[in-house]
Amino acid sequence: MAFLKRFFASGSLFIWLSGGALACSLLLIGGLLSLIFINGMGYFWPKDLVQLTLNDGTQVLGEMVDTQRIPETVTTAFPEGQTRIQLKVGNRDLYGLDFRWVDEEDIAQQTLPQDVVAFERREWGNFYGWITEVWDGDTRLAKGRDQAWNVFYPFLEQTEAIHQEIHHIERDVIGAINHDIEQARLNLKELELNGKNLSEGSAASLQEDIQTREAAYQKQTQRLVGLYEQLNRYRVTLIDVEGKEKTFPVGGIVKAWRPNQMSVWAKIWMYAENFWGVLTEEPREANTEGGIFPAIFGTVMMVLIMSIVVVPFGVLAAVYLKEYARQGLLTRLIRIAVNNLAGVPSIVFGVFGLGFFVYAVGGSIDQLFFSASLPNPTFGTGGLLWASLTLALMTVPVVIVATEEGLSAVPREYREGSLGLGATKLESLIRVVLPCAMPGILTGLILAVSRATGEVAPLMLTGVVKLAPALPVDSLFPYVHLDRKFMHLGFHIYDVGFQSPNVEAAKPMVYVTTLILVLVVLLLNMTAIALRTRMRKRYAGASV
Amino acid sequence: MEIGQNSIEKSVSPAKTTNAKSLRLVVETRQTNPVKTFSDSQTTHSPLTDVPAKIVIRDMNFFYGTVQALKDVNMTVPANKVTAFIGPSGCGKSTLLRCLNRLNDLVDGTRIEGTILLDEENIYRPEVDATDLRTRVGMVFQKINPFPKTVWQNVAYGPQLQKIRKRAILDDIVETSLQRAGLWEEVKDRLHASALGLSGGQQQRLCIARALAVNPEVLLLDEPCSALDPISTGRIEELLHTLKERLTVVIVTHNMQQAARVSDLTGFFLLGELIEFDDTKKIFTNPGDSRTEDYVTGRFG
Ligand SMILES: Nc1ncnc2c1ncn2[C@@H]1O[C@H](COP(=O)(O)OP(=O)(O)O)[C@@H](O)[C@H]1O
Ligand SMILES: [Mg+2]
Repeated sequence: MAFLKRFFASGSLFIWLSGGALACSLLLIGGLLSLIFINGMGYFWPKDLVQLTLNDGTQVLGEMVDTQRIPETVTTAFPEGQTRIQLKVGNRDLYGLDFRWVDEEDIAQQTLPQDVVAFERREWGNFYGWITEVWDGDTRLAKGRDQAWNVFYPFLEQTEAIHQEIHHIERDVIGAINHDIEQARLNLKELELNGKNLSEGSAASLQEDIQTREAAYQKQTQRLVGLYEQLNRYRVTLIDVEGKEKTFPVGGIVKAWRPNQMSVWAKIWMYAENFWGVLTEEPREANTEGGIFPAIFGTVMMVLIMSIVVVPFGVLAAVYLKEYARQGLLTRLIRIAVNNLAGVPSIVFGVFGLGFFVYAVGGSIDQLFFSASLPNPTFGTGGLLWASLTLALMTVPVVIVATEEGLSAVPREYREGSLGLGATKLESLIRVVLPCAMPGILTGLILAVSRATGEVAPLMLTGVVKLAPALPVDSLFPYVHLDRKFMHLGFHIYDVGFQSPNVEAAKPMVYVTTLILVLVVLLLNMTAIALRTRMRKRYAGASV
Repeated sequence: MEIGQNSIEKSVSPAKTTNAKSLRLVVETRQTNPVKTFSDSQTTHSPLTDVPAKIVIRDMNFFYGTVQALKDVNMTVPANKVTAFIGPSGCGKSTLLRCLNRLNDLVDGTRIEGTILLDEENIYRPEVDATDLRTRVGMVFQKINPFPKTVWQNVAYGPQLQKIRKRAILDDIVETSLQRAGLWEEVKDRLHASALGLSGGQQQRLCIARALAVNPEVLLLDEPCSALDPISTGRIEELLHTLKERLTVVIVTHNMQQAARVSDLTGFFLLGELIEFDDTKKIFTNPGDSRTEDYVTGRFG
């Protein structure tokens, strides 16, 4: 009894409770991060291909993905039950499904065929099987599994180069021509709206302009046709584990590897390549394959624009509220309102952004400056700028609150010291008070960035799309296109995970995207934190 | 009020002046009109009237909201002397000091009555620019407050505010100010290091140098040594001695020995009232008011 009493009185219970709570939260966060990390990073590893012979004689070839206990087989007498294995068998064009469950009971034999090849294709997902023949048009270049592989492999690199050229022409060259034509058309339309005769003067030269551009366009499309022909010139015949054959052009293959022959080092190298590919490539196959570069780019760009907007606004508002406004009931009410604003659900901001920024502001901008392209909206539809502004609006309370706290932390002596030297209030603010409050401001920015990066709901209303045709930054004037729609990692997760036709195949992509989103948040925060540490160091000893 | 009148005669050294009449003459020849009026005033404490007055405070009342912090203060601070304010905590010494450079303007809800003349001009006239005034009346604070910038930037802060941009001129000002504050030898090799890396005493002398850099006519010090060790305190006290050759010094101090050591005149405050203002020697050896005597002999406060 006495012991218990002492135990309560000593406060040990409280220490244990608080320590336990902290440990629990850390455990949960750690678990979540490792789940994302393990699943996300596992995606890039080139797994071995297993060939299974089942009891009924069927052959299955694929990557082992998962093992599961079959719930129905668990009895009291046999608590282990039976397991089943999930295999990624690929070959969607032949089987219809990429994944297949096999009961362990049914497996008669399991082997790792050395010469099996995995193909990553531009369409239909992966193909697992063997390469038997290589064709140049109708002449056969090679036959037999090893010979065909050796002949086929160099072609793969050539096609990669051709694909890059095609990409360049489609995106950059034709993009620029289209842009010019569009511009000339708009100018023409403007002249027409002004009641000019279209067959004379500047209008005529515009018409001519369009014609020459269109000729150039034709030439480029010819070039593309030629390149596509080159892509289709070499073909390979593949055979799956059950002996079904399939012939298709080398141009349709992105990557081919023989996982069961690869050394660990080769696999590590390929792992790195795959990772890099996801970071830098564009998505394919309804976002479930390829990379997520546009989404990373869109996310970072949106956060940067938001920061550029939110910091000055938040800081100015906080400075007024703290330094200039007469403290009283009104400022108290405003503070309460600001704090509440931080708690408003983000979708509300999305609706507001849609109504105010997109329709009201964007619509007016279109009326005033882009009337020639109406009824096609330019700014009157969701876009990067409006999404960033909406998020800035959403996060500005955080910055205001943090800045106010930062300002409060600046000792009164600094202000008075500065004023005592003949500085005006503004000069003191700019030269002494704000620099000292900088760590606080950066804390606000860190919080704002963390919140904004993970936000999806308001973006869906204000400019995010599942597949943007072009990045918001390119080589065409004015280089930064704030009116464009953009892709975003958070929305990408939602889209790939829940809106894609092939959910099972998309699962790894969801983990990868989540992992990268977490890394992006981490990276942005680290930058701000590093900045803040530098500031703090500069003001070391000061009580801020 | 009698005290003040008496003290004039007693405090002034006989070698210079012999009676009140010749005193008056000195004042009149040195200064023109308004000075006469204040030295005439019955309520003005003005010991040492052979010296030109720098600051004249008349009938001053000060309020924080409804709380009156200073009651009917009258005093004349002579030029090129060190004037000390003493008194128990909360008696309004800092408040008065801060009125002299209008730093209280920035505190919400304050109100001041009466006049404060600096070189015969009322500093509370609406057309006086408070920021200009503060370059003429510099201040050093109790809480040591170098800005979190380099030594150089701290000293150059005031001149830069006055739109002095030339590096050579600024360098020059920084050097002379640091020399006047007796800090140059110690920091000349670390001008571009953070001021926060200096010791407490160096930091306070840096604050003095910073105030001197704008060439003030009056330097106000609010308990400048309260956070310092005796050696640093000694250095600052020496410094005050040399500084008074060029400017007028007003210092608030808690430390009676310090007041006795550094000041020429001492004012004793109690509950917002100026009880006695006189030659320092007199305040500490033969005060005119029993409350002053109680305080300086340590019987209360
Ligand atoms: N900003 C302020 N607001 C309200 N009252 C104040 C303020 N500053 C000082 N006071 C009050 O004015 C009186 C004088 O204060 P102060 O001049 O700081 O005294 P001292 O410097 O002699 O210790 C004290 O009673 C104090 O409580
Ligand atoms: Mg004080």
